[in-house]
Amino acid sequence: MLEVKALKKSYGKVVAVDGVSLQAGSSETIGLLGPNGAGKTTTVSMIAGLFPPDSGEVLIDGSPLCGDTDPVKRKIGLVPQNIALYDELTALDNLNFLGALYNLHGAALKRAIGEALDLVGLTDRAKDKVGTFSGGMKRRLNLATALLHDPQILLLDEPTVGVDPQSRNAIFDNLETLKKRGKTLLYTTHYMEEAERLCDRIIIIDHGKVIANDTLHGLHRMLPVTNVLAIELEKPDGFNAEGLLGLPEVVSAEVHEAVIRVGLHDLTAGAPAILRWLAENGHGYQHVTSERPDLETVFLTLTGRSLRDA
Amino acid sequence: MIPFLALVRKDLRLFFNDRRAVVVGLVVPIALASFFGYIFGGQRGKTETSRMQVLAIDQDRSAISRGIIAQLGDDKNLDVKPSTMDDARELVRKGKATVAIVVPKDFGIEAGHALFAGGKKPEISLLYDPSHSIELGMVQGILSGAVMQAVSKEMFSGPSGRQATKEARAQIEKDSQMRPAEKKTLSDLLSSVEKWNEQQAQQPAAGQNGAAGGLTIPFQTHEEAITSGPDIEYNGYAHAFAGMGIQFILFMGLDVGVRMLLLRQSGLWQRLRAAPLSRSMLLGSRAASAALIAGFILCVLFIFARLVFGVHIRGSFLGFLGVCAAFSLMTAAFGLMIAALGKTVEATRGYAVMATLLMVMLGGAWVPTMFFPQWMQKITVVVPTRWAMDGLDGMTWRGLGLSAALVPMAMLLLFTLIFGAVAVMSFQWETPA
Repeated sequence: MLEVKALKKSYGKVVAVDGVSLQAGSSETIGLLGPNGAGKTTTVSMIAGLFPPDSGEVLIDGSPLCGDTDPVKRKIGLVPQNIALYDELTALDNLNFLGALYNLHGAALKRAIGEALDLVGLTDRAKDKVGTFSGGMKRRLNLATALLHDPQILLLDEPTVGVDPQSRNAIFDNLETLKKRGKTLLYTTHYMEEAERLCDRIIIIDHGKVIANDTLHGLHRMLPVTNVLAIELEKPDGFNAEGLLGLPEVVSAEVHEAVIRVGLHDLTAGAPAILRWLAENGHGYQHVTSERPDLETVFLTLTGRSLRDA
Repeated sequence: MIPFLALVRKDLRLFFNDRRAVVVGLVVPIALASFFGYIFGGQRGKTETSRMQVLAIDQDRSAISRGIIAQLGDDKNLDVKPSTMDDARELVRKGKATVAIVVPKDFGIEAGHALFAGGKKPEISLLYDPSHSIELGMVQGILSGAVMQAVSKEMFSGPSGRQATKEARAQIEKDSQMRPAEKKTLSDLLSSVEKWNEQQAQQPAAGQNGAAGGLTIPFQTHEEAITSGPDIEYNGYAHAFAGMGIQFILFMGLDVGVRMLLLRQSGLWQRLRAAPLSRSMLLGSRAASAALIAGFILCVLFIFARLVFGVHIRGSFLGFLGVCAAFSLMTAAFGLMIAALGKTVEATRGYAVMATLLMVMLGGAWVPTMFFPQWMQKITVVVPTRWAMDGLDGMTWRGLGLSAALVPMAMLLLFTLIFGAVAVMSFQWETPA
């Protein structure tokens, strides 16, 4: 069980983390979502014990994390954002070295290495130098090295940066396996689709503060619309969307090129009325699709800024 | 202990996996030390002493001028070649010759007159390369002896000497200022010289001793190099290998510091910090591996020097190991201090290279400190490399005992403590994400 209480960290006048709190239990994946510089890595660093917070505390199974040599650290596995491997050494050498840092040796270390390599599918490359690995393989090995001491909590700081879709899916599969084994995963990312796919709960962080902490469904409920209807017009010239705003369930309507995007409270009740209104007013259409609003929309709604531009 | 050993083992593996580092750390210092050892004397007795290139321009072509040039040619330190004025100027200007000696026309006659009658002293011109002013003094000294011997030899046994004494006697007779008693004494002296000269001319084979061989410097020198013992000659390679070893080990220490700076910016540092390891273990393991690599480099260099150039540890072997160990620890602390004080890799590398080169230079690793001015010899005691060089020289070619290694070891350990303390106090453990 991971419990973070009101963590704060400043560098000079810059407040990097400002009162972040969160909880995560077994078999739970928590997404820490935010733009670059939001304070995600600083938060993860404090949870991993890389440096102490200015205030607040990190509790692992009820025990506070304090000091460099705190045995509680053994319950945490960190997968840093930058690949933490020696290119000059083989995968096996890297694993042997990083396992020994947790006092693992002999048969226990050998077994742990075997299981970790098996999980990430790199057993046959164990004796190759890491410098010969592709970016995706390095990322998978980066994950494996954090598992050697069998940590209860896994901190994953943007573990898929720069990898191809195939390797990304492989890493997702690995993480889902770990979740099934009862691990607690704290996953930082600024990719919304990753958070949507993997996380049971998503914490949105911006300027060092938590601005939302809920399930994906709960976050959607925070939005003024629950669905968006996208309609591609046959002749968009002269179309005025303001006429749609008076219809029942319609919250917003905007036109971009030939596509009208209409925000609705209730799709079932709202969609027929919209289509009827278009027909009655002589606006033919080619395609109609409905979308759920994504986390980008959530972030936009909460901060007034796009996640990728923040 | 397992994590500590793993950290040290990993550093050693990384060092030995990096062929460039091994080449820079071993082959380059061996090559440079071999070169410097050779040009700074090598193994005395086994190497040829380089002779100074001297040009002789004989405009007099007299027996005396030929005698002078022959005398110079016999000197073991000089390689004398005949030349012309124009060629000599050109060769000295280009640095092909160190000094050119110009014996002017009528030098022999004028020198003879100057010897007996106090006439005008003739002038020998020396054209020299200003970058070799020390050698100029040496040539002047050898030339003085050669001139004295050649002129006196001719005056006491040669035809121009007979002519010169006759002319000198005639000049004395004409001198109205000289008192009669003085005139008689000088005339008798020259008459005796004239008789001696005539006798020698009739018995040329007998004229090799006394004044007939010319006046010579009335003493000889006996040089004895005070090394580690009698019959043990100085080995220039000992100092060269110590100097180059120290230089390249310091560069290795610098590299340790820069690598640590880079490590702090990497995910590996985060992973190390996330493990339950103390700060002292993280820094201590780095220091231990750096010290082991430094010790290894020193050992390999001296083993090579022993096998190839006959460099022996003439003094205390324990003292030698102690100095090596203390210097290795000092290097490790130096590397950590660089990592602690450095901000950016580029700037740190620049400052650290400058500091390293200064330490190497002032410590006497390139040129022994005995060639430094007195004031500089005094102030270089604040440079750790000076103590390392003194310690290694003392334990190798000077053949000193363990007691002579204690002060250098203590000073090196003091520098280790200072550098280590600065490193621990200044180390930036937190890097903003």
